Amino acid sequence: MNDMVKKLKLRQIQDKLFTAIIGIFSIAMLLPLFFILFYIIKNGAAAINWHFITSLPKPVGQTGGISNAIVGTIELIGIASLIAIPLALFTGIYIKEFEKNKLAAAVSSLTDLLQGVPSIVIGIVCYLWIVLPLKSFSLLSGAVALAIMMLPMIIKSTYHSLRLVPESLKEASLALGTPYYRTVIKVMLPAAASGILTGIILSVSRVAGETAPLLFTAFGNPFMNFSIDKPVNSLPLLIFNYATSPFSDWQKQAWGASLILIIMISVLNIISKFMEHKWKTTY
Amino acid sequence: MSRISCKDYRSGSLEEKGSLRIVKETLFRLLLVAAAITSVFIVMGIFVSLLLGSWKSINEFGLNFIWSSTWNPAAKTFGALPFVIGTVSTSFLALLISIPFSFASAIYLSLYLKNGWFSGLLKFSVELLAGIPSIIYGFWGLFVLVPIVRSFEIKLGFIPYGVGILTASVILAVMIIPFASSMAAEVIKLVPQDLKEAGFAMGATRFEVIKNIVIPYAQGGIFSGILLAFGRAFGETMAVTMVIGNSNAIPKNIFSPSNSMASVIANEFTEARGDLYLSSLIEIGLLLFAISFIVNAIGNRIMKKMDVKK
Repeated sequence: MNDMVKKLKLRQIQDKLFTAIIGIFSIAMLLPLFFILFYIIKNGAAAINWHFITSLPKPVGQTGGISNAIVGTIELIGIASLIAIPLALFTGIYIKEFEKNKLAAAVSSLTDLLQGVPSIVIGIVCYLWIVLPLKSFSLLSGAVALAIMMLPMIIKSTYHSLRLVPESLKEASLALGTPYYRTVIKVMLPAAASGILTGIILSVSRVAGETAPLLFTAFGNPFMNFSIDKPVNSLPLLIFNYATSPFSDWQKQAWGASLILIIMISVLNIISKFMEHKWKTTY
Repeated sequence: MSRISCKDYRSGSLEEKGSLRIVKETLFRLLLVAAAITSVFIVMGIFVSLLLGSWKSINEFGLNFIWSSTWNPAAKTFGALPFVIGTVSTSFLALLISIPFSFASAIYLSLYLKNGWFSGLLKFSVELLAGIPSIIYGFWGLFVLVPIVRSFEIKLGFIPYGVGILTASVILAVMIIPFASSMAAEVIKLVPQDLKEAGFAMGATRFEVIKNIVIPYAQGGIFSGILLAFGRAFGETMAVTMVIGNSNAIPKNIFSPSNSMASVIANEFTEARGDLYLSSLIEIGLLLFAISFIVNAIGNRIMKKMDVKK
C-alpha cells in the first residue's frame, strides 16, 4: 500500500512538473513579441512626426519623410484588390456551388497549394510576366504579385462563409422564382458578407507587409509615383532599403516606417476581428 | 433576412423576358467557370514560367545544379548546394527551436486554459505575432538579435559575425511558432472529449492523459502541422535575407554566415547580368516552388483527412 501511495505522489509531482514546464514555455513564447513591439514603439515613436509622414525622402543628412512609401503601399494594395477580389470572389462561389465538379476540386486544392508558394517565387513570376515585356519595374507588376498572394485567402474565406449559409435560404429564393444569379448575388452573398469581408481585410493586412514579391516588381522609388508603368515605393521596401543601409539617419526612419506599417496592419486586423464578432449572422 | 425587398421583385426577375433571363443565367455561370479556370491557369502559369525561365540552366548544368557547390557568376558556373544546405539547416534548426514552444502553447491553450485572461492574452499575442510582417522580424533581428549573438560568439571563441545560420534560425523560429501553435491547437481540439474523460476516470493524471491519449490520437495532425510549418520556414525570404550573412560558401558550423535559396534570389536577382545567371536564379525559384508544392500537398492531405479547418 505504501508503495502505491509513493507512486501516486510521484505521478502527481510529474503532472505538476509538466504543467509548470508547458506554462513556462508558453510564457517564454510571448517574450519575443514584447521585445519586438517594445523596440519598434520605442525607436519608431522617436522618428514619427508630421514632417516624416508628409514629405518625400531626401538625401542622407537632410531629414526626409516617407510619404511616397505610404502612398505607394496604398496604391499597390488598391490595384491588387481590384484584381484579386472579383476573381477570388467568383472562384470561391464556383467551388462552393459546383462542389462535386472535378474542376472545383482541382481549383480548391490548387488554391491550397498557391497559399504555400514562397512569396519570392511569385515575385520572380511577375518579373517574367510583366516586368520583362514592359521592360521596366512597375506599379502594375507589384500589384499583380500582391493580387496573386491575396487570391487563395479570399477564395477560401468566400468558400467557407458561403458554406455556412443554410441551403434552405437558397432554396427559398429559388422557389420564389428568383433567377440563379440573383439568388447568389442578392441572397447568398449578403448572407455570407461578414465572413467574406473579414477574409478580404485579412488578406489585405497580410500583403501589406509583403516585401519579397515587390523586390523585382515594384522595385522602390525615391519619388512619388502615380503612373502604373513606373516603379513605386512601398513601406516594406523602404524599411528593407533603409534598414540595410549604413546611415543611422535612415535606420531611424526605418523604425518609424515599421511602426506605421505595424499600426496599419493592426488596425486592419482589429477591424476584421470586430466584423467577425459584431457583424456575424448566425442561422 | 430582410434583404430581398418587394422592389427587387418588381424591378427584377419576375418581369424579365424568359430568353433574356436564360442569357443572364448562362453568362453568370460562364463567369464563374472563367474565374475558376483563370485561377487554375495562374498556378499552372507559375510552374510553366519558372520551368521555361530556368530552361537554360537546366540544360547547362542538369542535376549537377543541386550537387555542385561553386556559385561563381564571373566564371558562369552555378551550383546551388550552398543555398540548399543553408535553407535546410536554417529551417530544421528553426523547427527544433520552435517545437517545444508551439507544442507547449498549443496544449496550454487547448487543454489547460480554455478561457480566462491569460489564455486570452496568449491567443491575442499569437495572432499579433502572426500579423507582424517578416521584414520587421528581419529588421529587429538585425539590430537586436545580431549583437546578442555576436557577444555570445565572442564568449564561445567563434568568429563574431553575428549574422549567420543560428541567427536566421532563431528569427525563423519566432516567426513559425504562432503558425505551428495554432495548427497544433486545432488538431488537439479534435481529440474526442469522451476519450479524455475515460482516461481521467481510470485515474490518470492530466500528464498521462496527454501523453497516452491526446498525443497518440493527434499525432498525424501534429506531424502535418510540423510539415506545414517547415514549408513556411523553407520559403521565408526577407527575415532570413537580413540576418543570414549572405555568403555563398558552404557553411562550416551554425555560426557561419550563409545564404538560403530564397535569400540568394532576393539578393542577386536584380543584379544578375547574363541569361545563364538569371536562369540559374529562376531554377532556384523552381526548386523552392516544387518543394513547397510537395510539402504542402502532403500536409494538406493529412489535415483534410483529419477534417481540420484552417
